[in-house]
Amino acid sequence: MLTDEQIERYQRHIALKEVGGKGQRKLLDGRVLIIGAGGLGAPAALYLAAAGVGTIGLADADVVDLTNLQRQVIHFTPDIGKAKVVSAREKMAAINPEIKVNTYQEWVHAGNITGIIRDYDFVIDGTDNFAAKFLINDACVLAGIPYSHAGILRFDGQTITVRPGESACYRCIFPSPPPKDAIPTCSQAGVIGVLPGVLGLIQATEAVKFLLGKGDLLTGRLLIYNALQMSFDVIQIKKNPKCPICGETPSIKELKDEVDAVTHCDLEKK
Amino acid sequence: MNLTVNGKKAAIADKESLSISGLLDELNVADPLYVTVELNGDIMERINFDNIMVRDGDEIEFLYFMGGGRG
Repeated sequence: MLTDEQIERYQRHIALKEVGGKGQRKLLDGRVLIIGAGGLGAPAALYLAAAGVGTIGLADADVVDLTNLQRQVIHFTPDIGKAKVVSAREKMAAINPEIKVNTYQEWVHAGNITGIIRDYDFVIDGTDNFAAKFLINDACVLAGIPYSHAGILRFDGQTITVRPGESACYRCIFPSPPPKDAIPTCSQAGVIGVLPGVLGLIQATEAVKFLLGKGDLLTGRLLIYNALQMSFDVIQIKKNPKCPICGETPSIKELKDEVDAVTHCDLEKK
Repeated sequence: MNLTVNGKKAAIADKESLSISGLLDELNVADPLYVTVELNGDIMERINFDNIMVRDGDEIEFLYFMGGGRG
């Protein structure tokens, strides 16, 4: 049951018929992993902590840098040089001391990701490179854990939620990563600071809806957002029978790192 | 022929059909090597781009990689 303080803290949730005391209990019992404590992960982590998601994991090996502060709103100027997962955990604890924040100060790779994601109900991909994005897709599909993908660039963003086996995955749309240097990254091409706020909170909304079991997830639909036009387009995406991981004759049966794709190491060199 | 491309009407003059490769060329699509093409709701395989024909009334979506987020 909820304590008097919890009933007060979460009153605006409890007032919603879709949430109520039972739904808030589901959030408090929920476990969400955020991979990448940056542009997308920052707003997601702040709001999920405020919402009372009881266990939140944060995975990121990076430290806070001055160029992050234009959009990664969970990190403050005095945090420069601090591990992002530590900086983020401090803010989340200040917002909501009763939630548990697990930190993983490491990059995800084929050798460690399954051991991290298996403790969670839902995963948010807030990474900035294709090696990680494809790895997260593959790990979640193979482990059967639903997750939210998002990518951003300049003034554009796109996001889709994946329920493994039931709805299209990232590889249904993009079977393999682009070669290095084929597609610009945010550090090369730039990104308007408010953009990851919009996308990261769509991802957090999906996590909350999943835990509540309410509404329609963004499955089978790719949401494409353009900030300059202020347009939201939704493209229907069917499961692809030729998908290399969730199709009829999958070629990917175990995790491997996409060595030819852009990785965090490439980004650090730039 | 008249197509719907990324939700907007597009008229291709003097042609009744065109391969996906031809369409990418005709429309000067950016980064044609890395675009994913959805034709009438199905994702097309890249190896078939020269052979799959688009025709009047078809709906086409060009989908692009976006890799940012954390950094």
